Amino acid sequence: MLQLNHVSKLFHPGSPDEKIALIDVNLDLRPGDFVTVIGSNGAGKSTLMNMISGVLKPDAGEVRIGGHEISHLPEYRRSKWVGRVFQDPMAGTAPHMTIEENLAMAYSRGKTRGLSFGVTSKRRGMFREQLSRLGIGLEGRLKAKVGTLSGGERQALSLLMATFTEPQILLLDEHTAALDPARAELVTRLTQNIVSELKLTTLMVTHNMEQAIRLGNRLIMMDAGRIILDVDDETKRDLTMERLIGEFERISGHKLSDDRVVLGS
Amino acid sequence: MTTQMLGALESGLLYALMALGVYITFRILDFPDLTVDGSFTTGGAIAAVMISGGSSPWIATLAAVLGGLVAGAVTGLLHTKGKINGLLSGILMMIALYSINMRIMGKPNISLLGENTVFNSIAPLILMPIIVVIVKVLLDLFLRTDLGLALRATGDNQRMIRSFGTHTDNTIILGLSISNGLVALSGALIAQQSGFADISSGIGMIVIGLASVIIGEAIFGARTVFFATLAAVLGSIVYRVVVALALRIDWLEPTDLKLITAVIVVIALVVPSARRTWKQKSLARIRSEEMISMPDRKQVGGGL
Ligand SMILES: Nc1ncnc2c1ncn2[C@@H]1O[C@H](COP(=O)(O)OP(=O)(O)OP(=O)(O)O)[C@@H](O)[C@H]1O
Ligand SMILES: [Mg+2]
Repeated sequence: MLQLNHVSKLFHPGSPDEKIALIDVNLDLRPGDFVTVIGSNGAGKSTLMNMISGVLKPDAGEVRIGGHEISHLPEYRRSKWVGRVFQDPMAGTAPHMTIEENLAMAYSRGKTRGLSFGVTSKRRGMFREQLSRLGIGLEGRLKAKVGTLSGGERQALSLLMATFTEPQILLLDEHTAALDPARAELVTRLTQNIVSELKLTTLMVTHNMEQAIRLGNRLIMMDAGRIILDVDDETKRDLTMERLIGEFERISGHKLSDDRVVLGS
Repeated sequence: MTTQMLGALESGLLYALMALGVYITFRILDFPDLTVDGSFTTGGAIAAVMISGGSSPWIATLAAVLGGLVAGAVTGLLHTKGKINGLLSGILMMIALYSINMRIMGKPNISLLGENTVFNSIAPLILMPIIVVIVKVLLDLFLRTDLGLALRATGDNQRMIRSFGTHTDNTIILGLSISNGLVALSGALIAQQSGFADISSGIGMIVIGLASVIIGEAIFGARTVFFATLAAVLGSIVYRVVVALALRIDWLEPTDLKLITAVIVVIALVVPSARRTWKQKSLARIRSEEMISMPDRKQVGGGL
C-alpha cells in the first residue's frame, strides 16, 4: 500500500548546520496497517510524514502509494490519497469559515473544484450524520465558525475531515499532543474507532509510550533519521514500556531523550 | 444639499465595484494588493480609447474588465511563481501599468464628452444600483461554490486547503485576477460617468478601497460573506458622503482629501485592535480576580 525505498533527506546540505533528517529509510505498509511511530526529538518522524504527504521531496529514494511512484508529485496532487491531521489544532481547519464549509472543502479532497455549491442540502445531511458520530454535539453547530471551537473540538473535526473521504493513507503527527489529557483521550478514542471502522492504512506519531503500545498492529521506533526497531503485531501484544525503553537504549546506545515523552496516561 | 448627497450616492455606487475588488484581496486573500492604483486607470484607459474609437460602450467596458483580469493575474504570477513578496509584486505591477496605461491612451487625458457611453441611455443612478447588485450577488454565490470556498480558505489557512488538494498558487492568481477585473470595471464606468479618462486617476485608489471596506465593516459588520460584501458596498457610499460633507467645510481644500482618507483608514485600523486589547485586558483582570477568590481551583474551564 505504502512503500518507502531507501529514502534520505538532508537539510542545509554542505553547510555547517547540515542535518540528516532521514537516512536510507525503508518501510512497507500493508493495506489496513495501523502503525504507531515513536522516537526521540529530531529523530525524523515529522520529516517522514512530510515525505509521504509531499510537503518535502526525498533527496534520494522513492515513495510509492498503491504501487505508483509518487516521489515527485507535489502535495496538492497527493492529497487524493493522503489524509492528515497536524499537531496544531489551528492547522487543520479554516477558522473564519463555518463547520459545514470546512467539511465541504474536505469532501472535495483531491477533486477539481468547480462552480457547484460547496454546501448543498444533500451534503449538509451527510455532514450532520458524520458529525454526530463524533458524539460531541457538533452536528447542531453546522453554521458556527470553526474559530469558535475549542482545541479538542477542532482536532476532532480535523480528524473527521481527514478521514471521511476514506483516503488510502492517514498520517497523524502527534495530533493529540497539544490537548489536555481528557481531550487527548477523547480524540485518541475517536481515532481508534474511525481507523478500525474504515480500515485506513495509518501512520501515527505519538509521544505517549503507553498509547504507542496499546494502539495499532505495528510499532516502529526512529532515531537519528533511521528506523531502528520494527515491532510486529504479535510481539507488540506482550510489549511493556520498560522493555520498549530498554530496547531503545540498547539499539541506539543512548537514552531516549524526549522532552515531551509521556509514559502513560 | 440633496443634489450633493445624490452625487455622493452615485459615486459611492461607482466606486463600490472597486471596493468589492479590494475586499477580495485584502479580506479574503489577506493580500494587500497595490495593483489597484494601476488597474483602475487601465480600466478607464481601455474604455475611453475604445469608445472614442467608435466601439460600443458595453464592449469597451467588457474589454476594460478583461484588461483588469490580466493585470491581476500578472501580479499573482509575480507573487506565486516568481516568489516575490506580495506587497512588492503589487507595487511593481502598479508602476509597470503606469507606462502601459500611457501606451494605451497615447496622451495623459482622453475626453469622452459627446461620446456614446453606457450612461447615455440609462442614468447612472438607475444603472449603477442594478450593476452593483448583480456583481454583489454573483460574487456572494461564487464564494459559496467549491472553488470559492477554496479561494477563501487560501486566505484563511493555506496549509490546510493545500492538504485537501488545492493548488494555492492558482487560487491566489484567480483571486487577484477577479479583484482587478472589478477594479477596472469601476475605472471604466467612472471614466464614462465623469466624461474623461486620466492617467493619474488611480493614484491613491487602494487607500480609498481599504477605507470603504473598513468603514463598511465597522458600521455594518461582516459576520458572513453576504454582510461583508454588503459592507464593502455601503462603506463605499458612506465614504463618499463623508467626503462630500468634508468638502463643505470652508478651510478644507480638495487636495486635503487624501490626508483625510488616510486618517480614516488609520482610525478604522487602530480602533478595533485597541478595543480588542482593552477587552482582553479587562477580561484578564476579571478572570484573575475570579481565580484569586477561588484559590482551590487551579484551572477553570468547560468540558471539551
Ligand atoms: N525545515 C527544516 N529545516 C532544517 N532542518 C530541519 C527542518 N525540519 C526538520 N529539520 C531537522 O531535521 C531533523 C528531523 O526533524 P523532524 O522534525 O523530522 O523530527 P521529529 O522526529 O519530528 O522530532 P520531534 O519529536 O521534535 O517532533 C531535526 O534535526 C530537525 O532539526
Ligand atoms: Mg515532529
